[in-house]
Amino acid sequence: MVSTRREFLIIAGLSAIGAACPPLGRIIAKETSSWGSRLPGTPGSVPALKAKRWAMVVDANKCSGDCRDCMTACHEAHNVPAIGNVKQEIKWIWPERFENVFPAESHAYIQESVRKQIMPVLCNHCDNPPCVRVCPTGATFRRADGIVMMDSHRCIGCKICLAACPFGARSINFVNPRPFIRKLNPDFPTRTKGVIEKCNFCEERLARGILPACVMACQEKALVFGDVDNPNSKVRQILDRKFSIRRRAELGTKPQVYYIL
Amino acid sequence: MRLYNRGIIVAGIAVFAVVVTFPFWHAGGKAVPQPAIELNTPAIERLADKRCVEDTAFMRDNHMKLLASWRESVVRKNIRVYTAKDGRIFEMGLTGNCLACHENKTRFCDRCHDYAGVKPTCWNCHINPEEGL
Repeated sequence: MVSTRREFLIIAGLSAIGAACPPLGRIIAKETSSWGSRLPGTPGSVPALKAKRWAMVVDANKCSGDCRDCMTACHEAHNVPAIGNVKQEIKWIWPERFENVFPAESHAYIQESVRKQIMPVLCNHCDNPPCVRVCPTGATFRRADGIVMMDSHRCIGCKICLAACPFGARSINFVNPRPFIRKLNPDFPTRTKGVIEKCNFCEERLARGILPACVMACQEKALVFGDVDNPNSKVRQILDRKFSIRRRAELGTKPQVYYIL
Repeated sequence: MRLYNRGIIVAGIAVFAVVVTFPFWHAGGKAVPQPAIELNTPAIERLADKRCVEDTAFMRDNHMKLLASWRESVVRKNIRVYTAKDGRIFEMGLTGNCLACHENKTRFCDRCHDYAGVKPTCWNCHINPEEGL
């Protein structure tokens, strides 16, 4: 306890100086990240793909709807288990009908071809991600290039992000996923019981200079990936030419997966 | 002063003392042998220069801290290259880097971890090459 007026004033003064100092922490953080970008690449490796803002375009017109190449490629690359039980399933990218992808745009008299359209859905890597805001441990966070990442090491399995995500893009491991992985990819870790997982925009592949697995697997070239901040990128060229919509944009999460119908 | 139920109390104290001191007299003053770790995996044998990322003493004391810093760096900062004290460059990774050489988890990692009584959870998710892919 503060015993005298003099000591109280000293502590109050020091606190005021301390409160004026928080930018210090930010300065240190900035320096480490710029130091990181100056690091030499791994010997003999391809330079990483970099962007200001990663985004994806899903051209539903090109997607055949009954093909599952993108999903198989993704789930094999990331050791996503096939649990077989709908209540416990783990999804990174999965097929959905129009009425479920765009519930607000769907109505009883919508044209047949659109009603029947099936398209892939995945994490939208929102610019304003509600999952990140609610995560109590910082296990999910948004990278500077827009990728909403999961740090499984910090995930406590509280499932608040699961409730916060309006797209159902997050799944929790109710059981140990290892026995349900058909073919283990040794280059990517599996998850453990009690952690959340979701699409990571293949950040581990981007770091090696490779495009996402779903994009590479799509024979119809219905999935396009690129820097939405760069006017010359493939993503922007498509968005400039065609009308695009985003899932539940009215919620203000600023999704970065654009659909062309 | 009178001690009620003297027999039960004394016997109870005796049993308690025996149980608590069990580890000491059971070992009989002998030290448990130091764990012997095996460094003769085919991958290490193939190396021209048999050096780990850092020197042995540093790795023995600090491998857990190094791995924790790698984890933060790769997952949260997207910095994947580690520059060792002697300037050599490595890609950070448990399965991709450490276990590529130390592919014998049961005869390397586990020996010391069992001795020290620690149970790292790394392999709940990261793949152990011994699992036979």
